[in-house]
Amino acid sequence: MKNLLKVLTANRLSDGVAVWFAQPEQWVDDIAKAYAVSDKEGVAFLEQVVAATLAKGQHCDVVLIDVEQTNEGPRPLKLRERIRADGPTIRPDLGSRAA
Amino acid sequence: MYRYDEFDHAFVAARVAEFGDQVARRVSGDITEDQFKPLRLMNGVYLQLHAYMLRIAIPYGTLNATQMRRLAHIARVYDKGYGHFTTRQNIQFNWPALSDTPAILAQLAEVEMHAIQTSGNCIRNVTADHFAGASVDEIADPRPYAEILRQWSSIHPEFSYLPRKFKIAVTASEADRAAIQVHDIGLKLKRNQNGEIGFAVYVGGGQGRTPMVAKLVSEFVAERDLLSFTTAIMRVYNLYGRRDNKYKARVKILVHELGLEAFKREVEAEWAVIRNSELVLPAADVAAIQAYFAPPVLPDRPEGLLALADAFQSDAHFKAWVRQNCNEHVHPDYAIVTISLKAIGAIPGDASDVQMDVVADLAEKFGHDEIRVSHEQNLVLPHVAKADLPALYAMLAEHELATSNAGLITDIIACPGLDYCALATARSIPIAQAISNRFASLEHQRDIGELKVKISGCINACGHHHVGHIGILGIEKRGEEHYQVSLGGAADADTAVGEIVGPGFSAEELPEKIEVIVDTYLAARTSKDERFVDYVRRAGLEPFKIALYGQEEYTI
Repeated sequence: MKNLLKVLTANRLSDGVAVWFAQPEQWVDDIAKAYAVSDKEGVAFLEQVVAATLAKGQHCDVVLIDVEQTNEGPRPLKLRERIRADGPTIRPDLGSRAA
Repeated sequence: MYRYDEFDHAFVAARVAEFGDQVARRVSGDITEDQFKPLRLMNGVYLQLHAYMLRIAIPYGTLNATQMRRLAHIARVYDKGYGHFTTRQNIQFNWPALSDTPAILAQLAEVEMHAIQTSGNCIRNVTADHFAGASVDEIADPRPYAEILRQWSSIHPEFSYLPRKFKIAVTASEADRAAIQVHDIGLKLKRNQNGEIGFAVYVGGGQGRTPMVAKLVSEFVAERDLLSFTTAIMRVYNLYGRRDNKYKARVKILVHELGLEAFKREVEAEWAVIRNSELVLPAADVAAIQAYFAPPVLPDRPEGLLALADAFQSDAHFKAWVRQNCNEHVHPDYAIVTISLKAIGAIPGDASDVQMDVVADLAEKFGHDEIRVSHEQNLVLPHVAKADLPALYAMLAEHELATSNAGLITDIIACPGLDYCALATARSIPIAQAISNRFASLEHQRDIGELKVKISGCINACGHHHVGHIGILGIEKRGEEHYQVSLGGAADADTAVGEIVGPGFSAEELPEKIEVIVDTYLAARTSKDERFVDYVRRAGLEPFKIALYGQEEYTI
């Protein structure tokens, strides 16, 4: 199956900040710590997390995204998601990965 | 400017309390995101890529120093130290926490501001000429009419759930600095043969994926009929506008599909019913609103001419700034000052909290407490004595607010694009920065002359690319950012939609290609008096196609 490596992302309800699902079960604001899955079972698990997260109602826009594995951890394939992960490209001082 | 009365204060305070309760219920889980989303949008709260975004209305782009300081305070305390002035004369904050938004709205209410109707399928912030009340070429100040429309359209029960959003712009100048012909309704103040004030009414303009120039629906609607005629338009739109397809739901599509004459007949028929109803605008009410916009008392300051002459001799930068960023004022001792938010390489429309505070201070000290936001994403001090320009310039220069590029190639409109916006398909801001840096030389910019570059990061066209002399549209193509270039657009009295010049370019290629376009113009213009857009209209796209793609490729 083509590119099954995926992570789960959302925006936190309280402040809208982009977050990613990590293990043990928690949401983190650094995609490098995200839990990446590469098989059907993993995807099925994350889909269960989606359902549970939506039921709790403390996150918005909960979606699975495609990533690749890098030395720094999971890296989104799409520019949109890379920008969500890194912050605005024109303001490297801002965003979740800013120092 | 307009001041809230008791009703306004009570209404906005009630809305703040209501929204605070809605946020609390959402956070506690009492209501779902599906239930909450339309409520937050009604209060200007969007969810973007990195965080929430709060869009705050600045009615017809007019605010005072107290309000600007409050915006600076919000930027500093609740955001990340800056705000973004938009093409709809509003301001957006990109990082507010949802839990802070009720407090922010309460702070805004204290200074007579809010975020109501900055989203949703309702009548949005009514925009106007940013030189209103100061320019030499206006029939009358258009802002009282914009304010009347604001009051009429605020939580209008009939027009709160339209087929799509609805934008109204008002100008009182033939030059049209409010881009009225790319609005759902564009109003141009005029006088009839008897000298009475009224409006030429344009309907069905807009950009987005289907750009259209508005059609003239009435040559003259009398002042008394402003609300009844506008209501008639809205009713026809509300009744017949498509709700089955959001991409065909704007009034421009209705006008196009019905045909102008049929649309006019529908409006006239509705108007005949309501023309003499309670919607008649009493002259006394107009006068009462106009009183809020009475021009400031401007004492004669004839020493300004000598002061400028002296300063010109000693400071060439100041002289260039006055020539480029100061416009003629109705009082000969005064000038209208454009404060550029387009420093070379900067993010168009962004202002830091410190810069906002500085502008507020300068508005109080030199500008009779008036500030405007232009749809071109700059700030304006409409009433500055020429004698005060040297001191004003010195203060602006200390804070990177004195770039002499108003109307030049680096005075670029750019939407937030994919750096922030959840709808965008490509970045806009880095493209604006790259073009700005490439054309950094002010001497070269002045040689090029007036050239309006407008950049959007998606087909929704918030960056007005359709009406740029050079318009740039960012799209995603096979996973990469790709930029289409159009030429010949304009949003003034000669409004036109630009034409795509040919295949698009990568982000890396684009600045060089823009230079090719500019050089083509420079080599072929008849004189400096022939502006870029004039040349495009005269010569068409062919010279640019040949320059960009080559004679052989172009002719195949």
